[in-house]
Amino acid sequence: MSEYLVNLKINNIPVSVKEGTSILDAAKKLNFNIPTLCNHPDLSVAGNCRVCVVEVKGARLLSASCATPVSEGMEVFTNSEKVRTSRKHVIELLLSEHNADCTKCFKNGHCELQSLASEYRVGDHVFIDLVHAKDKIADISSPSISKDDSKCIRCQRCVRTCEELQAVSALAVIKKGDHQRISTFMSKPLNEVVCTNCGQCINRCPTGALTERSYIEQVWNAINDPSKHVVVQTAPAVRIGLGEDLGYDPGERVTYKMVAALRHIGFDSVLDTDFTADLTIMEEGTELLTRLKRALVDGEKVALPMMTSCSPGWIKFQEHIFPELLPNLSTCKSPQQMFGALAKTYYAKKKGIDPKNMVSVSIMPCTAKKFECNRPEMRDSGYQDVDYVLTTRELAMMVKQAGIDFMKLEDEHYDSIMGEGTGAAVIFGATGGVMEAALRTAYEIVTGREVPFTNLNIMPVRGMEGVKEAKVMIKDVLPAWSFLEGAELSVAIAHGLANAKKVMTAVRDGKANYHFIEIMGCPGGCLGGGGQPIPTSPEIRGKRAEAIYSEDEHLALRKSHQNPEVAQIYKDFLGEPLGHKSHDLLHTHYKARIRY
Amino acid sequence: METKILKKVDLIFQESNVNEVIDIVTKTVTRSSDDIILDIIDSGLKGRGGAGFPTGLKWKFTKNEDSAVKYVICNADEGEPGTFKDREILDTVAPKVFGGMTICGYSIGAKEGYIYLRGEYNFLLPKLNKQLEEYNKLLKDNKIDFTIAIKSGSGAYICGEESALFESMEGKRGEPRNKPPYPTVAGYNSKPTVINNVETLVQITMICKMGPDKFKELGTKDSRGSKVFSVSGDTPQAGIHELELGMPLADFVEDFGDGDTKAVQVGGASGHCVPRKQFKDTIIGFEGIPTGGSMMIFNSSRSMYNVLHDYLEFFTEESCGQCTPCRVGCQQLLKGIESVKKGERKPAYLDELKKLANTMKISAKCGLGQSVANPFNSIVDNFKEEIIY
Amino acid sequence: MSNIKTLVQQLVEKHGKTRNSLMPVLQGIVKEERYLSEEAMLTVAEELDLSAADVYGSASFYTFLDTTPRGKNIVRICKTISCHMQGKDELIHAVENTLNIKVGETTHDKKFTLLTANCLGWCHKGPVMLVNDDVYPAITVQKAVEIIETLAKHTK
Repeated sequence: MSEYLVNLKINNIPVSVKEGTSILDAAKKLNFNIPTLCNHPDLSVAGNCRVCVVEVKGARLLSASCATPVSEGMEVFTNSEKVRTSRKHVIELLLSEHNADCTKCFKNGHCELQSLASEYRVGDHVFIDLVHAKDKIADISSPSISKDDSKCIRCQRCVRTCEELQAVSALAVIKKGDHQRISTFMSKPLNEVVCTNCGQCINRCPTGALTERSYIEQVWNAINDPSKHVVVQTAPAVRIGLGEDLGYDPGERVTYKMVAALRHIGFDSVLDTDFTADLTIMEEGTELLTRLKRALVDGEKVALPMMTSCSPGWIKFQEHIFPELLPNLSTCKSPQQMFGALAKTYYAKKKGIDPKNMVSVSIMPCTAKKFECNRPEMRDSGYQDVDYVLTTRELAMMVKQAGIDFMKLEDEHYDSIMGEGTGAAVIFGATGGVMEAALRTAYEIVTGREVPFTNLNIMPVRGMEGVKEAKVMIKDVLPAWSFLEGAELSVAIAHGLANAKKVMTAVRDGKANYHFIEIMGCPGGCLGGGGQPIPTSPEIRGKRAEAIYSEDEHLALRKSHQNPEVAQIYKDFLGEPLGHKSHDLLHTHYKARIRY
Repeated sequence: METKILKKVDLIFQESNVNEVIDIVTKTVTRSSDDIILDIIDSGLKGRGGAGFPTGLKWKFTKNEDSAVKYVICNADEGEPGTFKDREILDTVAPKVFGGMTICGYSIGAKEGYIYLRGEYNFLLPKLNKQLEEYNKLLKDNKIDFTIAIKSGSGAYICGEESALFESMEGKRGEPRNKPPYPTVAGYNSKPTVINNVETLVQITMICKMGPDKFKELGTKDSRGSKVFSVSGDTPQAGIHELELGMPLADFVEDFGDGDTKAVQVGGASGHCVPRKQFKDTIIGFEGIPTGGSMMIFNSSRSMYNVLHDYLEFFTEESCGQCTPCRVGCQQLLKGIESVKKGERKPAYLDELKKLANTMKISAKCGLGQSVANPFNSIVDNFKEEIIY
Repeated sequence: MSNIKTLVQQLVEKHGKTRNSLMPVLQGIVKEERYLSEEAMLTVAEELDLSAADVYGSASFYTFLDTTPRGKNIVRICKTISCHMQGKDELIHAVENTLNIKVGETTHDKKFTLLTANCLGWCHKGPVMLVNDDVYPAITVQKAVEIIETLAKHTK
């Protein structure tokens, strides 16, 4: 954007903004909020809903304020009679093709169309109802995402999300005119297409057309069943997101209130995915060092660079789009699934619970985790390892349903023996976090020294840039790792699948020389996951990232290998990283999937 | 208003083969591009597709853009109901279209030209391709750095909208873009692009052949030159007719009507319906009702409800569907007149629908949605009884 | 390799491996196959590095890029106002009776699909019928039936 300033008037008030600014943003500067539906801070400008039209003096047509740049001397009116009439018409038209069963809708109270309808008081339906009966049957084929076409207002945010942020394009606009709609390849069910279940479309859907498949009722039923022992795990990014749905501003850390709330709700064991995040570092770090050793010392042909495998949206993306690179994925299960496998074995045994009476619930910032827990590979405990996955948003709903005054809760702590996590585990929730955690541990294993970054903060791998690269010089290693002496470890980090695609294309084409790549399916990493509170924006994700790193700094233990519960599980149960038991419970395999 | 008598002319369809056109082109390109553009501006030529933007200005804006790559595109996606002149032009005098494109290319600094031909006219392709092959070769022989190729449409009215046409050429859904930027700045492949109607390009060749003064002798101050009209409906003279612009509709009806003309739809489905009582006061031209040349004549045996219903059905199907006013508005107008006809809604509902049409006119994203109000309001206003009973 | 894959690859070779080639490639497939099968669209998606939904979404925008199986001959009758005024309904009924199908359907022998179309650009010579790329303006019911019967004989 140019530095040149443009002078204009909005509702007779002068304002100067940079050339190229939209009327919408210029109005915001004057605190005039123009309503929008198709516009979103993460996406390209569409200008198709027409809710944001404004009048420009001298123009025959109204202008979509999101799509019209300011010009010198422009006089804009955001509430003229023409504007108000048009805006009301547009809202009424959208309502006429919208199944407005608001009281029954999952998004009731969180729907942008509902708020607009309420603001503009379009109570009586003037126009003819256009909703087709057949569209009222939602596509619930996917375990993660529900798609209800009767609620869709064709703003195409989901289509742009799937294309621009995720490079997946499982959703596209199909047909035209009165038949135009948002659909998949040949309108196949969502579970049959390339959809990665990332849920980014849900985060940006203004209505209830795209929502997570909710398992709240199933979880309540388990809690209320006295014969069941219900364990719950909480992912790193939930603790810095949950507050947003319970009255806090973005960026609030609510870890220990969350623990208290989970106990109030009635979970029998409140445990932490951070524990298995630390465990992941032990397994994955060892796997990386082993691969490097086999390549460098034994001269074997080993799949390198190795890529992280924590993000199930990313895994499914790779299975569809780059099946030839599946051997490069770490065989480590995600922390959620490691936790699931251990809960119904190690934890059950230690606590004397019959695993068949155990119900394993996880609270995740993620919708793809709902798919992941249903993968047939994820039954190594002899049962489905994780039974139900709830999003951060669903947990907030449960807290409200339970009548808990969240802000007034006293802090409580996780149960042991799978409730301890280090700062390294917390930062799994931000892009670059797994890499940072891995480096903190691997570097120390190899050299016996802490990573050479002030206060353990490896700044080059942090931040919101789409693709990050870093190099770590390895010197003065311990004797066992002499083959790494003088090596320069080259790593890359990408978040959002569009960025992942760029890196994978380079790797596939032999144009990248990395040893280790961290990929997170969602923009910003898990903190921007498809199960996190709505709305989302670069600004909100920035605040959540700050909270994550501050949580890390406030913990006494900040390196995964320091986690005492991790040390204990290796001693009592697993033996050693990549050992026999680990292999059985903590590692998995992947399968190529058709690309559509 | 000038009072001269406007008449039928025969310029556009004057026979012209590839060699003659090459002759005109080679002579024209000996002049500076600025001179040529000045001539086009001076001629007063306005776009013949319907919108009527001054052609010379469009060229000037594009020429002034600093870009190594620019394009000339001939819009032959003639889909407006009631319009069939471009097919006839391409069938009979295509080389003149090529000539206009080449002169444009030279004037603005473009080396590539494309004809976007609607898929419904695919039967023209063998002949056009043969002519183009010959023409492109002659350009090369004459060291004129310009080539023309054809891109086909596949049945989508909206692709006649210039930015939708670019999208289609880029392999996408034909969804109109936000404006600005305009095609002169960012058109096909986001490069500066002149997009002209088939007939406009023929006029270019004619102006370059006979000079702007000769062109200016025809038509009126606001509507220079002659225009090809597509005449259909209740007329003994259905077909293509070249007339001077600026003619009162009454004169037209006298010449072309069947003696019982009740209404004329000027400008196709997206144009205006003029009832008998307004024939005298309506000028066919930019000072009155601008038109791409479609003149549909209805006599008193026709139900104007059916006419409007057909139009609305057409727009409902052919809307690209991206913007709310057009996608949903068209459906509401169509279902609305049906429900009034059936007596499910009171006649007063037509007033609500007119308000909606007016919103579509100012808030739809492109010309399609914006122009639905033209037929809707003009038919509902003038033939209300026919809509209700 | 299947015939479709070969066809798509030839078309991509001819028009170029870019998104701008999508329309001519899809048009080329329809010319040969009369419609775009799933396999055809998946192959195009792969060749042009597009998502399959994107290819389908783009194709389904265009009336002539059918994604459901069509007969060897596609008969389209213009239904817009001028042809309406000049007897398109009678024409459609006659063709429906001759082929023993309704608009939108394909004959059992897969020789014909009957469709309506928006304005085909022959308003002065309605009604008009398009059979594949061939146009028949000012067509009478009798002539239309003849054309279809002749075509039926010559279509294998």
